[in-house]
Amino acid sequence: MNIVVAIKHIPSIADDLPVKGNNVDFDSVDFVLNEWDEHSIEQAVLIKEAVGGTVTVVGVDLIGELDNALHLALAKGADKVVKITADDPAADSHQQAKWLAEAIKGMGADMVFAGVQASNDIDGQIGPMIAAYLDMPYIGGTSAIEVSGNTATVSKEFPGGVGMKYSVTLPFVAGVQSAPKPPRYAPVSKVRQMAQTATIEKVAPTGEASAGLAFKKMAPPVATGHAEMIEGSPKEVAAKIVELLKSKGLA
Amino acid sequence: MSNDVFVITEHLDGKFSDVSFEMVGKAKELAKALGGQAVAVVVGGGVEANVFASDSTIQVDDAALSQFNPEAYGKVIEALVKEKAPRVVLFGWTVTGMDVAAWLSARLGVPCAAYAKDVRVEGGGVVVSCQAYGGKLTAEVAPEGETAIVACLAGSFPAEAGQGATAAEKIASPVDLSGLKMKFIEMVKPAGGDVDITAQTKLVSVGRGIGGKENIELAEELAAKLGAAVSASRPVVDAGWLPRTRQVGKSGLKVKPKLYLMLGISGAPEHLEGMKSAELIIAINTDKKAPIFNVAHYGATADLFEVAEAMLELL
Ligand SMILES: Cc1cc2nc3c(=O)[nH]c(=O)nc-3n(C[C@H](O)[C@H](O)[C@H](O)COP(=O)(O)OP(=O)(O)OC[C@H]3O[C@@H](n4cnc5c(N)ncnc54)[C@H](O)[C@@H]3O)c2cc1C
Ligand SMILES: Cc1cc2nc3c(=O)[nH]c(=O)nc-3n(C[C@H](O)[C@H](O)[C@H](O)COP(=O)(O)OP(=O)(O)OC[C@H]3O[C@@H](n4cnc5c(N)ncnc54)[C@H](O)[C@@H]3O)c2cc1C
Repeated sequence: MNIVVAIKHIPSIADDLPVKGNNVDFDSVDFVLNEWDEHSIEQAVLIKEAVGGTVTVVGVDLIGELDNALHLALAKGADKVVKITADDPAADSHQQAKWLAEAIKGMGADMVFAGVQASNDIDGQIGPMIAAYLDMPYIGGTSAIEVSGNTATVSKEFPGGVGMKYSVTLPFVAGVQSAPKPPRYAPVSKVRQMAQTATIEKVAPTGEASAGLAFKKMAPPVATGHAEMIEGSPKEVAAKIVELLKSKGLA
Repeated sequence: MSNDVFVITEHLDGKFSDVSFEMVGKAKELAKALGGQAVAVVVGGGVEANVFASDSTIQVDDAALSQFNPEAYGKVIEALVKEKAPRVVLFGWTVTGMDVAAWLSARLGVPCAAYAKDVRVEGGGVVVSCQAYGGKLTAEVAPEGETAIVACLAGSFPAEAGQGATAAEKIASPVDLSGLKMKFIEMVKPAGGDVDITAQTKLVSVGRGIGGKENIELAEELAAKLGAAVSASRPVVDAGWLPRTRQVGKSGLKVKPKLYLMLGISGAPEHLEGMKSAELIIAINTDKKAPIFNVAHYGATADLFEVAEAMLELL
């Protein structure tokens, strides 16, 4: 089984997000691995453990800082890592999906996984676009994928805990919402070891595509309302909340 | 090209989701401004589709389409959009819309604006306001070209304007549905047995800020004192700290309690979808810029552990 996982580095939303011109000021934010990619790596490694195969993790290096994320992927069980050396922080999802599809084309993938979304998307998600460019079917929001022979059984989440099961003939692209188990933890020592020993294969970006969205403006949301803020020490805050709840008959 | 506005409606178990009506209402407004028609598109066999206030409704009626199938739905919608060339195609940014909107965008080479909170016509062009970075920023974008795909967040427009009784025109599938690589097998409903959070009048809801499974007990204690149940954001459930039945949000449950006390939840759009109509929302978060403070009625920039411990002493 040959599984390719696309991972993504995104600005950390734990930080303040400074805006420069029409976009985030990429020079002054921290980049982190997209949360859902942890799940797609885990899902791929679980399948490899069940039926054998290879997990290749590929990312577009937009700001020259992807190596850490790739070493982490290796420490979590990936066999091979590839980076597309784009060095273009402003590349939109369509362009990135095109580069990824072109790089993945030659890999003989049985399955391609992407995180179901990233918090910085705006022109849609990368997964379905990779599928369109590779001419493979796409299914997103997956919570479990099992493979037997040439067929995968895929559970897709619907609201309210409802799930739908599909059978899918390989190859296909999946947008992983969650792995059936919480993603495994990779010890720092193992990540460090990978950083010293692993080789990252480099691929030049090929192909062109564009989101076709003209950015007019980017700013913190115009708040239609704001919470009435309760000030004071934690004890004072607690007292005021309890008082509020009592006044409304809720405590 | 036409100036029509297509709405890709969504249904589950024969029932249309609210976002379908919300988009039809919005489509009427956009179609009027563009000089076209608002067209509701129903992909699905055996669904009662005469429920929209659209100018017209097209129903692709085929038994193979009775349950959502991303491959089949994608092909059908692609064929319809190619044939009718609408000016705007509205999808819900939902578990089903997300499977098709961006795929279609890449297939047709037309732009897609996702996470849409608002869509309007300005100077003859379409302008979309999108949420980004978990609701921390808003981007205004203008899709270029003749067709624009816009994927709308649920709860962004009023649903009433889209409710009506326009008679659906039933058509056969415009594409061959044999030989699909993806087949629907079954629907799995959640197992009962746990607390039903949708039936509670008070919820203490915990987010990733709770830090670990060992801290859930604190929330349980506080909930017990308040006569509330404990609910959670998705990461808490994904980490296995609470069961799936406690999850509030887009892929969880929609709740409308009298009290929703939030401990360490940032207020991502996917979470808000599930709780924003709660009667009293109080949020405790250490990040003074957390988006939840734009939605909560009361908030405090404070450590949830310190506040919860102090509340326990007072209750
Ligand atoms: C506020 C805002 C302003 C923007 N401004 C501009 C602008 O001015 N100009 C412009 O051109 N674009 C702009 N963009 C577009 C932005 O750069 C892209 O939308 C974004 O980086 C693409 O990712 P996504 O979130 O759609 O990815 P998603 O599809 O949501 O990511 C999901 C998954 O796809 C895979 N994936 C995604 N990217 C990669 C990758 N690089 N390598 C490997 N796997 C990947 C991963 O598995 C990831 O988990 C802006 C976006 C936002 C939100
Ligand atoms: C298709 C899809 C469906 C989704 N469905 C859902 C859904 O149904 N429900 C859902 O919730 N999410 C859902 N999500 C996930 C959603 O996008 C967010 O990732 C999630 O809501 C974030 O949860 P959180 O607020 O707990 O975590 P975070 O965003 O990480 O926020 C944690 C917050 O805790 C605060 N904090 C940390 N420590 C403390 C402390 N000691 N005291 C006080 N505050 C503290 C931080 O400041 C931060 O604001 C979905 C995502 C996708 C892609």
